[in-house]
Amino acid sequence: MLRKKSGNKKQNPTQSRNQPYAIVSYMFVIIFVSLIVWLLYFNLVKSEEFINSPYNTRQDTFADRVIRGSILSSEGEVLAATQIADDGSEYRYYPYANMFAHVVGYASYGKSGLESEANFHLLSSHAFFLEQMKNEFKNEKNTGDNVVTTLSVKMQSAAYYALGDRKGAVVVLEPSTGKILAMVSRSDFDPNYLEDNWDYLTSDEENSSLLNRATQGQYPPGSVFKIVTALDYLRKHGTIEDFHYDCQGEITKQEHTITDYDRTVHGQEDLHDAFAYSCNSAFAEMGVQMGGESLREAGESLLFNKKLPLTMDYKSSVLSTDSKSGVPLLMQTSIGQGNTLVSPMHMAMVASTIANRGVLMKPYLIDRVENYNGDQVKKYMPDAYRELIPVSEASVLAELMKGVVDYGTATSLGGQGYTVAGKTGSAEYGEGEIKDSHSWFIGYSNVEDPDIAVSVIIEGGGTGSESAVPVAGAIFNAYYYE
Amino acid sequence: MINIIVELSKYLLVILVILYTLQCFQMFRKQETHRQKLLLGKQLTVIVLFLSLSFLVLYLKSGELRMLLFYGQMMLYVAAVQTLYRIFYKKASMLLVNNMCMLLSIGLVILCRLNMEKAERQFMIVAAGSALALVVPVMIRKMYFLKKLTWIYAGVGVILLAAVFVLGRTTFGAKLTLFGVQPSEFIKIIFVFFMASLLWKDSSFMQVVRATIVAGMHVLILVMSRDLGSALVFFITYLVMIYVVTRKPLYFVGGMAGGAVASVIAYFLFGHVQQRVTAWKRPFSVYEQEGYQIVQSMFAIGTGSWFGMGLFQGSPDSIPVADEDFVFSAICEELGGMFAICLILICMSFFLMIVNISLQIKNPFYKLIALGLGTEYAFQVFLHIGGATKFIPMTGITLPLVSYGGSSALTTIIMLAIIQGLYILREDEDEELEKIRKALEQNAQEEIGE
Repeated sequence: MLRKKSGNKKQNPTQSRNQPYAIVSYMFVIIFVSLIVWLLYFNLVKSEEFINSPYNTRQDTFADRVIRGSILSSEGEVLAATQIADDGSEYRYYPYANMFAHVVGYASYGKSGLESEANFHLLSSHAFFLEQMKNEFKNEKNTGDNVVTTLSVKMQSAAYYALGDRKGAVVVLEPSTGKILAMVSRSDFDPNYLEDNWDYLTSDEENSSLLNRATQGQYPPGSVFKIVTALDYLRKHGTIEDFHYDCQGEITKQEHTITDYDRTVHGQEDLHDAFAYSCNSAFAEMGVQMGGESLREAGESLLFNKKLPLTMDYKSSVLSTDSKSGVPLLMQTSIGQGNTLVSPMHMAMVASTIANRGVLMKPYLIDRVENYNGDQVKKYMPDAYRELIPVSEASVLAELMKGVVDYGTATSLGGQGYTVAGKTGSAEYGEGEIKDSHSWFIGYSNVEDPDIAVSVIIEGGGTGSESAVPVAGAIFNAYYYE
Repeated sequence: MINIIVELSKYLLVILVILYTLQCFQMFRKQETHRQKLLLGKQLTVIVLFLSLSFLVLYLKSGELRMLLFYGQMMLYVAAVQTLYRIFYKKASMLLVNNMCMLLSIGLVILCRLNMEKAERQFMIVAAGSALALVVPVMIRKMYFLKKLTWIYAGVGVILLAAVFVLGRTTFGAKLTLFGVQPSEFIKIIFVFFMASLLWKDSSFMQVVRATIVAGMHVLILVMSRDLGSALVFFITYLVMIYVVTRKPLYFVGGMAGGAVASVIAYFLFGHVQQRVTAWKRPFSVYEQEGYQIVQSMFAIGTGSWFGMGLFQGSPDSIPVADEDFVFSAICEELGGMFAICLILICMSFFLMIVNISLQIKNPFYKLIALGLGTEYAFQVFLHIGGATKFIPMTGITLPLVSYGGSSALTTIIMLAIIQGLYILREDEDEELEKIRKALEQNAQEEIGE
């Protein structure tokens, strides 16, 4: 198009007069081309992020022409499928009932879990085009694509049954890839009978069965938080070997007393011992030394107060100390009490980061999308979020966590064909006299070449060793022995 | 069965529009007249095929007989415009006529899908406007006094805009309309005439200052009326015309810098500017309020992907004002991203064609008019598409000839008729111009007298 213009210029004696015209044309050509590039970029890269938004109800109109695809486990087991009733109506069937309730979610009442996240794929059909045409001719529906998840029925059921009827949550990740192998939340519900129970489920605040505790539960971290306190110490001192403390079973500062569990007197100890035995006095002392600002920064490097790289709904973890925080709050915070709140998913990500030498892989649930014949439509690859902590720091934390299993509060996980590193926690909750605690464990196996990272919480489960550690043990056993 | 036709038509429509776009750019190549004529004929065929296929789908999906009637109307319209121009203006640019027909066709097809009543209303305005516009080229040819009305243009522009600001009805938070018409659309033409008549002979600093004051008044009133899109169109047109006539890039760069500073001030001064920017940067954070439109628009574009959902297969109705400020998104959703990209290219070729015409005109006044109108067109296209695709913040402006809106369509049709008139003039020699001028000067004087 510009050829003609330059041709004109040669003939035109007043070619300089026309130069501004050419410049104006070029400018607008650039503007128009940038519009096109933007539209290409949006369609190629950005559109998925928008299409998959839960606000997007556009996809639901596809349902008139497409039979919703199935959700499958990594082993190929059906987790959710659309079936046709005798009267020709469609209904969604969940073979594992309650077991995958939160992570797979439901497809009615506004959708949740994978049913919401993968809605677009489930309602898109990539069946062979001739077959699609045949269906169009016969006025029959096409079959939507299947979503193959990273979830493993083996791991999910191990976690589900290990938790039993206790309320709580379990997350199992693969540290090297970010694959979510299991995500259990109890109390739960049966998505097959959602309609019948909806009113009850939405009004039952005592159990909050619809809540996915794994991602949206907000719990005090208890002693699991000592990972952050230890990280802060390491950063300030460059080493943890210079730490020595004489534990008397309690510590009092500014008339505020922190006691050790059962008032156990740990005596002379270094940081390895203090971490392995989960000595509150030592960590309270440490936290006061570090100060609120520094403690918060250490936490933020592990994504406290930050957005998490998750595709599902979640609650961010809260860590609120700063330079003005008083000594009592600092003592509380450094042992995982105070105002700090975390989700089980976030803690699993912390364990996974330490296992993966400081690099957090983005947790993900969808491994691939296939058409109903099993031909791959789209494959999701592991994606590094970034290095949260340098490998030197990660290996020190890993060493501390190994001590917990070797001679500390989680020795029951030792002596197996696999090795484990982790941290227990008991997070006190409730006010006044009747204090109870949530039981925590986060950790990973194998120590040398980590396979899985787990995060377990049991509401009101007492100490970590009492309830959460055995659940973790059951999960590790399932992974290695079943 | 119907679905098959709809599915196939998606691809056929994309192929047709690609063909049309290629033909647009082929026209820029220098070639013999009969080959050009052949190409123009092919373009017309594409338009007819596009209309036939679209309305077939529209009819099959809606089952409404009105669609077929509308198809008849459209075919009649295209036939009439094509023949009348060939009869009355032998030297007319048929590429310009083709482009107008194509863009109107795309617009009316998508409008028929969105809202049949509006489509019928729009068609009436388009048909009446086109008939009216037939006399414009003659008028341009004969009305030599047009270049002398500088301050009348300025006065009319400012007073009309001010009247809208004071008396106008508020729609979607902006004061745009007065007695059902949107004067800012028509003032676009008047403004270009003002700038051209002020600057064509004398582009001294004082003249630039005068132009700046009047343009500033226009822009300011528009910003206060919350018609940010029009304000920007006026501003950019002012800058481009000043730059072209003075040939001083400094004016342009300085103007852009001034515009940038003014935008920042406007951002802090006006709540509605802040809302637009927030909706652009973080649409999901204000999803329930001002972010809703743009999020829906992005859903539409994303869902449409490359080949679109097909007519009546998507849900463009979920975008508020899909037929005006977001018609581009509706096109993306149902006709597809490829179609939309071709549409951008057609608009671009349209603009380049206008600049080409402007280049070939010797009369400096008319030269400036063509360039000014072309700039307005191009920048409006950019604002509309950029806004709808979240490339830039939304300014709420129509896509000329495609969007619903009587004032907008009428203005664009008249603009094109003026450019058509200039194109026809271009071929005449200066001497001849002089001769006619003398002969008609008296005539014109009498007309003013009346």
